[in-house]
Amino acid sequence: MLGAAVIVFREVLEAALIIAIVMGASRGVAARGRWILAGTIIGILGATVVAAFTGAIADALEGRGQELLNASVLLAAVLMLGWHNVWMSAHGRKVAADMKRLGHDVSVGARPLSAMLIVTALAVLREGSETVLFLYSLTASGTNPMMLLSGGLLGLLAGALLGALFYRGLLYVPLHHFFTFTGWIILLLAAGLAANAAGYLTQAGLLPSLYPQVWDSSHILSQESFIGQLLHILIGYNDRPTAMQLLFYLATIATMGLLMRGAGWRATQTSVKAGSAA
Amino acid sequence: MKSKLIGLLLASALLLPVYGWAETTELTIVIKNHRFDPAEITLPAGKKLKLVIDNQDATPEEFESHDLGREKVVAGNSKATVWIGPLKPGTYSFFGEYHEATAKGRLIVK
Repeated sequence: MLGAAVIVFREVLEAALIIAIVMGASRGVAARGRWILAGTIIGILGATVVAAFTGAIADALEGRGQELLNASVLLAAVLMLGWHNVWMSAHGRKVAADMKRLGHDVSVGARPLSAMLIVTALAVLREGSETVLFLYSLTASGTNPMMLLSGGLLGLLAGALLGALFYRGLLYVPLHHFFTFTGWIILLLAAGLAANAAGYLTQAGLLPSLYPQVWDSSHILSQESFIGQLLHILIGYNDRPTAMQLLFYLATIATMGLLMRGAGWRATQTSVKAGSAA
Repeated sequence: MKSKLIGLLLASALLLPVYGWAETTELTIVIKNHRFDPAEITLPAGKKLKLVIDNQDATPEEFESHDLGREKVVAGNSKATVWIGPLKPGTYSFFGEYHEATAKGRLIVK
């Protein structure tokens, strides 16, 4: 039972932390809960479908189907996170100011909540399909289903609790720094996801690793330790990255950072113009 | 930032001939009764390995290795392929995540 709990916890944790970040980043929008709930439900449905077709997916594209699916899911999430961050660079200051002025949630029509729905669905899809397969595998090999169910629920609850705690922690960040902070987390989160995608493409033999291990910090902070895993999810910490993964990581930060800066600069220009016209 | 990136790109380009398109060896490893057979495989350093994982159990298994940075779900009664390496000499362990107690193995690179 504990074994099942631990594995389910590990899988749920990643999705739970991503949902917490998404909740934080879309703070101030009245309907965000509904959007993110919808994303979670779509993700669970998708996970079940993916789990049911594991064999077919793995066999597709000369045995590279699973890696290509994983890499696509990860890169799609990177794009959505990037879109959100660029949008927030242009409008985040106004959102925070409105929230402060009104003292409650605001409805911002153009805010890309759909991006956050997709990010949520993709995170749940990826982690969920592995959880479903794991539980199925254990049931099929004769583990007591009741023990399994309680273990799975325990893992799910623990993961969700940690996600909720992380969200509560986020709220301690003062409002005028809040979106800058979530913007940084999302930037690093996206870079880490891009590096994971590179890993899958190398595993499929589609991208060279360039160099197998740029460093090995597993004896200082193992990626399998709790802290190591947390950092892996949040900022893409990797104790043994390939050169290709490092390249994807840095390229994501550079590209997204430049786009955010460009959007922020344009927003300042427009507001200056508007101010002098008034 | 930019110059560092360019430096890394250049360094990668120089390493390409060494690590990019190395010679490929193919090996098959069987999963049966939630165990790997053979549980130990060897690979010459600097060579790329096309590892076919043949899961003869009815249940799915996840081939996973923290040392190699690989994870792949293999459905019951089916095969999957994972590309590994080229690697530096050393011992790299792998396991089946769904049956971690029994499914253990290692890759030795010489």
